[in-house]
Amino acid sequence: MDYSIKIGGEAGQGIQTIGETLSRIFARAGYYVFTHQDYESRIRGGHNFYQIRISNNPVTASKSVIDILVALDNESITQHERELKPNGHVLYDSSFLRQKFEKSNFLDIPLSELAVTYGGSKIMANTVAVGAVIGMLGMSPEIMYELIKKTFKKKGDDVISANLKTAEAGYKFAKERCLTCSFVISGLETSKMLITGNEAIGAGAIASGLNFYSAYPMTPSTGIFNFIAENVKDFSIVVEQAEDEIAAINMAIGASFAGVRAMTGTSGGGFALMVEGVSLAAMTETPLVIALAQRPGPATGLPTRTEQADLLYALFAGHGEFPKVIFAPGSPEEAFYLTNKAFDLAEKYQITVIILTDQYLADSQWSYKDFDLTSLKYTDYRIREEFQKLKEYKRHTFTETGISPLGIPGRSSHLVVTDSDEHDEEGHIIEDAETRVKMVEKRLFRKMPLIRKEIAPPQLYGIQSPDIVIVCWGSMYGIAKEVVDELSDKFKIAMLHFSEIYPFPEQQNWINVLKNAKLSIGIEQNATSQFARLVRMETGFSIQNHINRYDGRPFTVEELKEKVYVYLTRL
Amino acid sequence: MSTLQDYSGQKPAWCPGCGNFSILKAFNEAMAELGLNPHEFVIVSGIGQAGKFPHYTRCNTFNGLHGRTLPVATGIKLANHKLKVFAVAGDGDCYGEGGNHLIHAIRRNIDVKLFIHNNQIYGLTKGQASPTSMKGMITKTQPFGVFSEQFNPLAMAVALNCSFVARGFAGDMEHLKALIKEAVTHRGFSLIDILQPCVSFNKINTFEWYRQRVYRLSENYDPFDRAKAFEKSLEWGDSIPIGVVYKTSRPVFEEQIPVIKEKPLVEQKLAFEKIKSLIGKFY
Repeated sequence: MDYSIKIGGEAGQGIQTIGETLSRIFARAGYYVFTHQDYESRIRGGHNFYQIRISNNPVTASKSVIDILVALDNESITQHERELKPNGHVLYDSSFLRQKFEKSNFLDIPLSELAVTYGGSKIMANTVAVGAVIGMLGMSPEIMYELIKKTFKKKGDDVISANLKTAEAGYKFAKERCLTCSFVISGLETSKMLITGNEAIGAGAIASGLNFYSAYPMTPSTGIFNFIAENVKDFSIVVEQAEDEIAAINMAIGASFAGVRAMTGTSGGGFALMVEGVSLAAMTETPLVIALAQRPGPATGLPTRTEQADLLYALFAGHGEFPKVIFAPGSPEEAFYLTNKAFDLAEKYQITVIILTDQYLADSQWSYKDFDLTSLKYTDYRIREEFQKLKEYKRHTFTETGISPLGIPGRSSHLVVTDSDEHDEEGHIIEDAETRVKMVEKRLFRKMPLIRKEIAPPQLYGIQSPDIVIVCWGSMYGIAKEVVDELSDKFKIAMLHFSEIYPFPEQQNWINVLKNAKLSIGIEQNATSQFARLVRMETGFSIQNHINRYDGRPFTVEELKEKVYVYLTRL
Repeated sequence: MSTLQDYSGQKPAWCPGCGNFSILKAFNEAMAELGLNPHEFVIVSGIGQAGKFPHYTRCNTFNGLHGRTLPVATGIKLANHKLKVFAVAGDGDCYGEGGNHLIHAIRRNIDVKLFIHNNQIYGLTKGQASPTSMKGMITKTQPFGVFSEQFNPLAMAVALNCSFVARGFAGDMEHLKALIKEAVTHRGFSLIDILQPCVSFNKINTFEWYRQRVYRLSENYDPFDRAKAFEKSLEWGDSIPIGVVYKTSRPVFEEQIPVIKEKPLVEQKLAFEKIKSLIGKFY
């Protein structure tokens, strides 16, 4: 079983509601689910879609071909009818579209009419659509009913009953009328969790002891802010919507200085405003985690679309020289654990860790059996109860590791002093050359080799001594992985995926994989192969071939496979 | 209990005769008289001559970036509202570079005390106009004189319903000390704009210039009358009032956050047992 369902329509028509409800039904039924969203930067109108892929095996990317198209506007049909598989079907309401299609694979369903008849309101047309898709697939409606009961629990029995009736109406209509529908659905399995990249970062942060999140809303990072804000009560978190991103990062730095785990999140434009703060955190050695969800630039660019073009920008962000860690998770699961690692490293080494994602990963939903919570790390590196017992205290004490004791101001009669100016061990402004040199040594040269030891090498997926190596990073993971799966029958191909981007790991065996391969192909969602440039800078190795995409849309499995295949035929 | 000696910090690098010395003295005496020990408060400062202030007293210090004192102070206060949090900045620092933060700190009414060393000039960069420089002032970078309207921090603060608005004068140390003490004991965001002559670069607004104009608000002045306060805040020229111009009682920002009602954020532990149910929400 490997089906794709696309819900297309104008913004504001309920595409997201239908898409999310269906995805949750499928995950609850125990299927593996992958979804991705394509939307315009507007509240109403335009053309948007929500694509869902379901299978009984793990799925990590979208396909180019679809099985069911739920068309809420005419544009959906114009643009996406051609994506239908030979036995694919379109679900539409001729009264919405003011057009009737006389094709056997088009199911005309009176969404509004059924919503009014069974639910008493046009709003429930979305529920009818959900029921209809379940009916077309031939799934049992029980899981859908369960989910409706759970979703509307707080809204009372009347709302639940109205939704159940409309869902059933849609379900029955499709099941009875779609005579050509011949989908084969697997049996139920253990329910899967369904999580987006943004939610995974939020959950990872909370599970790492996040206490403070300040941000200015910016697509596609806002989902992190929303998720954290939903959970403030259970986990003692203060969230603050700052007046701008400069304030957001400075507030987070202030909170961290005062003794709590703090984070901010933004996208490229907002990060531009934060850059002086990145440098400030470095000079004051204040632990900080930043989520940077990329979208295509320059400037406002394509606000709701995806790109990986801020890698070198993030790497070089901040005036002066200082250590920094950059993670680029490949999936929500990695985002969850790497956010945990980000907090641990930020606190341990008193540095900034950037979690670099993009719109594609931020908004995509992946499904999992479970997250292993026992592997989460939580160590409190700050001096709390024992602070008063110290004989003396200097915030920026020179040490073997470069890591100075991080005291909580107010917890002791010792003073915690720090400065954005170059400073002495106590934290007071200095100008002398000797202290300056020792401070650079402490912040940079002593810490960096230790940080490097913490970084995991890239993941080699596929055959262990490949002829062909696909090199990618961050959100390219799921797509490239499926391409390798599909090509590994015929070719000795593997993927080298980087999610701990910087610094490069101490262990560098992976370079030999590249050197020994006949062909290396870098795949990046940017125009200038930024990661390949980073590899060359750090290792001297030049990746020979590049596949770049910078139209703001993610690859489907077929699209990437075709691009890779061009190189393989030349071998 | 701390004595004045306990607030003795690094040797100041200010110019001899700088107005900042009396601000420092007023501050230290105010702290000693209030019984606030150095470790019980944090000073967040920016960049400029005022930014060096915390090094010259003794306290927990975050000497951050130009213009960014208030966001850092806000973060500290939200993380630990038991700490007294003061922000010290200059006119260029807070009214220029950090103007947006000032507006929003006033709106929030976070319990931070802001002391502005207002010398109507950029001192550290050697004499350019600041937002509070008077119209017509000629400097190296304003060769035809300042064209822009002089920024009026008090009028803006009153317009934003700032919970405590005052003006002090470095040449009236006792009065300034009383203002600082009143601001520290006030609940809510407090702004003291301190007129502080720059002896090196501002040849217009000198000690003498201020002395001829500055007068203390009368005891009959009612700082709770907002319209009157706005009127008073517009008074500038031949006579310049000092004292508490406006005061009001507004809900304090951090007191409205349920999460930190019981105890400060910094004292709260991660609820490990709840992580499982957090993940459970994704099923």
